[in-house]
Amino acid sequence: MKAAVIRFPGSNCDQDCHLVLRELGVEVDYVWHKDTELSGYDLVVLPGGFSYGDYLRCGAIARFSPIMKAVKEHAARGGLLLGICNGFQILCEAGLLPGALIRNRDLHFICEHVHIRVENNETPFTNAASVDQVLHIPIAHGEGSYTADEATLAELNRDRRILVRYCDADGSTSAFANPNGSAENIAGICNAARNVFGLMPHPERACDSRLGSVDGRVFFESILRALGVSKAA
Amino acid sequence: MKAKVIVMPKKSVLDPQGVAVRDAIHHHGLPAVKSVRIGKFMELEVDNASPEKLHEICRDLLSNPVMEDYELIVEG
Repeated sequence: MKAAVIRFPGSNCDQDCHLVLRELGVEVDYVWHKDTELSGYDLVVLPGGFSYGDYLRCGAIARFSPIMKAVKEHAARGGLLLGICNGFQILCEAGLLPGALIRNRDLHFICEHVHIRVENNETPFTNAASVDQVLHIPIAHGEGSYTADEATLAELNRDRRILVRYCDADGSTSAFANPNGSAENIAGICNAARNVFGLMPHPERACDSRLGSVDGRVFFESILRALGVSKAA
Repeated sequence: MKAKVIVMPKKSVLDPQGVAVRDAIHHHGLPAVKSVRIGKFMELEVDNASPEKLHEICRDLLSNPVMEDYELIVEG
């Protein structure tokens, strides 16, 4: 299995993504946003950060980086594509996922551990989790409120493409448990083919007990399982 | 020629910045202000470009049609 972590100017979670995958025994390459080739990768990751300084809109300029043509082709042929935080914003700007991420409801940049509930475990990104499993994962964003029109939200629900929602420790998706005002407490969604997943929380920051949670591992273990790879001992 | 682009959040989308500024205006002593919406204003100096091309730039890059509306004014 080979993974690529794309680096845009301003990406800053690339090293954490690279480390997590390496520790799972995966061969990982960094790919610069100006490159144009992405063949031979099973997983492509768009990491978090502030690509292009969040200028104009988060991810608005990264969406037009040269590498994005290859990223789209990778997704079109069924390759797994994971967008975390700014990566999720880029996926939405690029039209690889519907909707958009807007400014947090309370205007604050929120940097804290939250709870998210797994809604659907029948995807390459969540098969190692159980439905309704509650995960403790950090978020760190100022523009993470998911918004989409009613038709899109209805379709996402109907097709079970909302993979994780913000919840409280008991798994209840109340307004109080919603840190940023996201529609329906949506924390992450996938495309119709289920090979593209975007989420605002940072699972790569929840894979080491020293950082307060290892709940993020389940997403990466799911990916390995989906690709038929057994993880390194 | 000069192209002026105004990008505003769609009315259906919450504009928390606008709400915060409205509340600050009230605090500043003008409760008559009922709502505030905050957008972006961009000025482009253009050698020569068709309106169609400029609209395409507005749609694809300068605004995000999911949550924003844009207005394009071309002068000269």
